[in-house]
Amino acid sequence: MSAPPHEPGATAPADITADLPAKAIEGRSPGRIAWLRLRRDKVALAGGAVVVLLILVAVFAPLIVSLLGHPPDQLHEDQIDPNLGTPIHPFGGISRRFLFGVEPVNGRDLFSRVVYGARVSLLVAFLAAVVAVLLGTLFGIVAGYFGGWVDALVSRVMDLLLAFPQLLFIIALVSVVPNSLWGFSGSGVRMAVLIVVIGFFGWPYVGRIVRGQTLALREREYVEAARSLGAGRGYILFRELLPNLIAPITVYTTLMIPTNILTEAALSFLGAGVKPPTPSWGQMLSAAVTVFQADPMFMIIPGLAIFVTVLAFNLFGDGVRDALDPKGTR
Amino acid sequence: MLAYLVRRLVAVVVMLLVVTLVTFGIFFLVPKLTGGDPAALFAGRQADPAAIAGIRRKLGLDAPVIVQYARFIWGLVAGRDYASGADVTHCAAPCFGYSFKTEQPVWPLLIDRFPVTFSLAIGACVLWLVVGVATGVLSALRRGSLWDRAAMATALAGVSLPIYFTGMLALAVFTYKLHWLTVSYVPFTQNPLAWARGLLLPWIVLAFLYAAMYARLTRATMLEILGEDYIRTARAKGLAEPVVIRRHALRATLTPVLTILGMDLGALVGGAILTETTFSLQGLGQAAVRAISDQDLPVILGVTMIAAFFVIAANLVVDLLYAVVDPRVRLA
Repeated sequence: MSAPPHEPGATAPADITADLPAKAIEGRSPGRIAWLRLRRDKVALAGGAVVVLLILVAVFAPLIVSLLGHPPDQLHEDQIDPNLGTPIHPFGGISRRFLFGVEPVNGRDLFSRVVYGARVSLLVAFLAAVVAVLLGTLFGIVAGYFGGWVDALVSRVMDLLLAFPQLLFIIALVSVVPNSLWGFSGSGVRMAVLIVVIGFFGWPYVGRIVRGQTLALREREYVEAARSLGAGRGYILFRELLPNLIAPITVYTTLMIPTNILTEAALSFLGAGVKPPTPSWGQMLSAAVTVFQADPMFMIIPGLAIFVTVLAFNLFGDGVRDALDPKGTR
Repeated sequence: MLAYLVRRLVAVVVMLLVVTLVTFGIFFLVPKLTGGDPAALFAGRQADPAAIAGIRRKLGLDAPVIVQYARFIWGLVAGRDYASGADVTHCAAPCFGYSFKTEQPVWPLLIDRFPVTFSLAIGACVLWLVVGVATGVLSALRRGSLWDRAAMATALAGVSLPIYFTGMLALAVFTYKLHWLTVSYVPFTQNPLAWARGLLLPWIVLAFLYAAMYARLTRATMLEILGEDYIRTARAKGLAEPVVIRRHALRATLTPVLTILGMDLGALVGGAILTETTFSLQGLGQAAVRAISDQDLPVILGVTMIAAFFVIAANLVVDLLYAVVDPRVRLA
């Protein structure tokens, strides 16, 4: 029986294969395959680069503003037409001193406010995603592994939460929580409330995925093997099952962040987000509702900030999903 | 079929009870836990202690929370009387209480605002389903073509744009600059054409976001289904391609689309709030937003419950549609 010619190990003696380039056979972990795929996905990488840039902007906001802008709450009434209330310079007062122009009426520097707004937006979105992923993973894995009444209960709660008019409930909750809580006050309380509430309404999305995956995985031989060796429930759940759930959890986390950014902006737009004077993008758009006919740039600048951020996260998230998809060929 | 409907209706009632319980909890327990006083909230910011005490007695806020909840549910079903000494106010069923801003009963306000939000939601929903599914199917059939890439890029932009930003852009261009369309609400019964004209811009704006999501979903599902064995079998037995697409592939594609539709109806309420705020439409969402800034809790409670009711009812309709679309689903 002759081996097919494209199998070098079978057709050639061992001393010839030794001279071939070293790349012939290489063990690749799933993580490495995903990384190699992601590295070839130009669009996803561009999205990732913008994400990294935005995170840097948020972290170094004070530095960037001190170099390129003015303090976010400083008023520049000299930039405002006293009769119209709009910026004196065209296009919303964009100039070398004010890179994104100024706010109508009080003349605050829009560049500084957008940069500081990135902090609120990203911090709330990231931490809310963390809350959602922790809760969703915990409940999903428990429901999927134990089944029975535990599964029925968790599944019904998830159905209920998904059927809720979430935004209304979030607004309602945020509006009844007072501004100072247990000795804390200011925008920190609001942000904490936003994180907890957005995260809480986000967990069923993760929970459903994790539950479904766990249902499929718990019948696999390696779980059976661990059980027969006397492994405890905790060990099986978090040492055997959890590592195999990392891929779907990663995908949902990256895709949840842009949704959270939109939710936070929507809440701020409706007046249920962080309180002024802390700048946030949704709040700026909400202020623009009444004046954008006279000064459209005041609406376009924060709107574009949200759009670019969410788009970058979506592009990166889609790339991560494709890279981690075992069925994918790219 | 009848047994299924009865069981589902029981489930709807249970869901609604849970929703009322949660909503009630938010407004009556959270202020307590965090040291606030519901009566003080209801009375407004400048009320004196005597007025607060009076309100507390009249609204029965001095009773245990469970009793208050029971009275509230009873009021929804059978109406209730608010009594403060000799001063008795009767609130007919379904009683959602009184607004603390306007001192008007909440229910007529909800009835008045409901058609606006309903018109907005139903029009946008039809538009996004038609446009989203059609775009997704065409993209899947012409995978990799210029159309596919353009449609998917537009869809990606669509899911990344906040509704209120698209709304303001649309207003700036189509209403203020070009003067093509103005946004207003005219009741359907009064003039269907004016109704559609006045809501066209909000419909497009609200539908754009969801059409983008549904186009992405439909395309992905359709591509997966076109790779299935039974599609190959259908082609192999000589069925014409349009028949394969319509009867076999499209039908299977619609099932996951319906699943997501059921889940998105809750989010649609949020979308309607944002759209109404952007276009100044006097719907339930606007009422809720104003009530929130006024701390007018009974109105928020009413809107939340009405919204939850319709999300749950619409989910029931979606589940019934399953059986129509997918012959594998039996309602039992």
